[in-house]
Amino acid sequence: MNPAIDVQGVEKRYGDFTALAGISLSVAPGEFFALLGPNGAGKTTLITALAGLTRVNAGSLRVMGHDVVDQYREARRALGIVPQEIVFDPFFSVRETLRFQAGYFGIPRSVALDAWIDELLAKLSLTDKADSNMRQLSGGMKRRVLLAQALVHRPPVIVLDEPTAGVDVELRQALWSFIRDLNSRGHTILLTTHYLEEAQQLCSRIAMLKQGKVVAMDTTQHLLNAFSVRVLRVKLSGALPPAMTERRAKQEGDWHFFEIHDYAEVETRLAQLRNAGAHIVNLEVAEPDLEEVFVKLMHR
Amino acid sequence: MAMTGFQTLLRKEILRFWKVAFQTIAAPVLTAMLYMMIFSHVMSGSNAAFPGVTYEQFLIPGLAMMSMLQNAFANTSSSLIQSKITGSILFILLPPLSHWDYYGAYLIAAVARAMAVGFGVFLVGIFVAHIPVYSVTVIIAFALLGSGLLAAMGVIAGLWADKFDQLAAFQNFIIMPLTFLSGVFYSIHSLPPFWQSLSHFNPFFYMIDGFRYGFFGKADVSLALSLSVTAGSFLCLSAVTLYLLKSGYKLRQ
Repeated sequence: MNPAIDVQGVEKRYGDFTALAGISLSVAPGEFFALLGPNGAGKTTLITALAGLTRVNAGSLRVMGHDVVDQYREARRALGIVPQEIVFDPFFSVRETLRFQAGYFGIPRSVALDAWIDELLAKLSLTDKADSNMRQLSGGMKRRVLLAQALVHRPPVIVLDEPTAGVDVELRQALWSFIRDLNSRGHTILLTTHYLEEAQQLCSRIAMLKQGKVVAMDTTQHLLNAFSVRVLRVKLSGALPPAMTERRAKQEGDWHFFEIHDYAEVETRLAQLRNAGAHIVNLEVAEPDLEEVFVKLMHR
Repeated sequence: MAMTGFQTLLRKEILRFWKVAFQTIAAPVLTAMLYMMIFSHVMSGSNAAFPGVTYEQFLIPGLAMMSMLQNAFANTSSSLIQSKITGSILFILLPPLSHWDYYGAYLIAAVARAMAVGFGVFLVGIFVAHIPVYSVTVIIAFALLGSGLLAAMGVIAGLWADKFDQLAAFQNFIIMPLTFLSGVFYSIHSLPPFWQSLSHFNPFFYMIDGFRYGFFGKADVSLALSLSVTAGSFLCLSAVTLYLLKSGYKLRQ
């Protein structure tokens, strides 16, 4: 089976600046894949190259087996992109916007199309705005219309470029619930985000980009196991007994951090602390997190 | 050509100007009407270019053509620059549309707007003077070719400009002088020899002269020359426009 997205040796230069320095990655059909990296790492350049908006200097990009240059019609039909910026055409209503978008992809006006548009609007809580002009919508609503525009031609691959930037918590949760549902129905999702906890919760595999290169690519769990640890944090009423200082990973105020590999170690550490004379007033167990992985990889 | 994609883009481009028809059709007709009133009043009784043709009769086809040319240019250029600046151009760059789809849709929509404006000016003109019609075919041919030529120029300007003021410069320093110096308000035979010769290098002159021939059966230069220059210019600019669209000039990095 062809990968949903296949990127091989892609290079893109803008004058002296190298935005993509030989990136290769592959996303399987049905995967929920995250593309992470700091600003300027090349995430958006890679997405725009997939969309045919940027022409690369070397390498190839394929969507569902179709080359984005030589077979651009098939590649673009297979791809739905939700852009980072909120953009809209101020002349038209939400329904007109979606009908036009479907038409551009070769889907003629029909009862079936209108039913699909109604379904999309209902799922995105936009039914009552269907006939409103785009100018009358709030920022959150416009962002949901962008998502509907990306989906209206039923693409198997959906690319979300920072879809929740500046979005309130309620809308963010609604968007993720909708996107999870799409993924569960077989759509491949490629996500870029600065909210690392979102990527950790949603994505099965992650690629991290730095200065136009892939610096890590693995399943989310493998990355967490390799670069992050579970931590026991304890707050003491007094100083940490000297016998325990060597075992401590770090200290932040009254909180002392101890790395643990499984939950069984929690009781061992607590017993060691009590035996050393420490008086514990509070404790927490912090799970491995992607933020730590990200920081380690970006500073490596 | 992807028919549904092309048809959708064409429909969208037509709706875009039709939804603001007061501004895109009624306003230019009103402007032309004001020109008509002022110039026909000021120049009333002066000799027109051709025997048996009054100044008012001479002026109206020229004004109609000038309005068509300006609006064909305005339609494509404003659509492109607006969508580039607002970012909504993305919606037509992501789908599987070809450069032929883009050009065809922008061209036909601009010509449709030009025709609507030209027809409006003609209707108003009927109340000002009796306008003879010598050849409907010639009138339509020059209206289509002239509007198409300016639509192509509008696409080029819309692609090239990054800001509204760049587009305004294109319009004010290229389109306006070429239209005003093309013989809309006068026959080039009334000009001094130098300006008369210079007018022959202005393709707009041939569009207006050929268009006027369709009404009076008379023109400053031969119909064949006007048709050749207009059609040749249209084909050349179309080729340039298609090349720019295919190369993704200022659209795809």
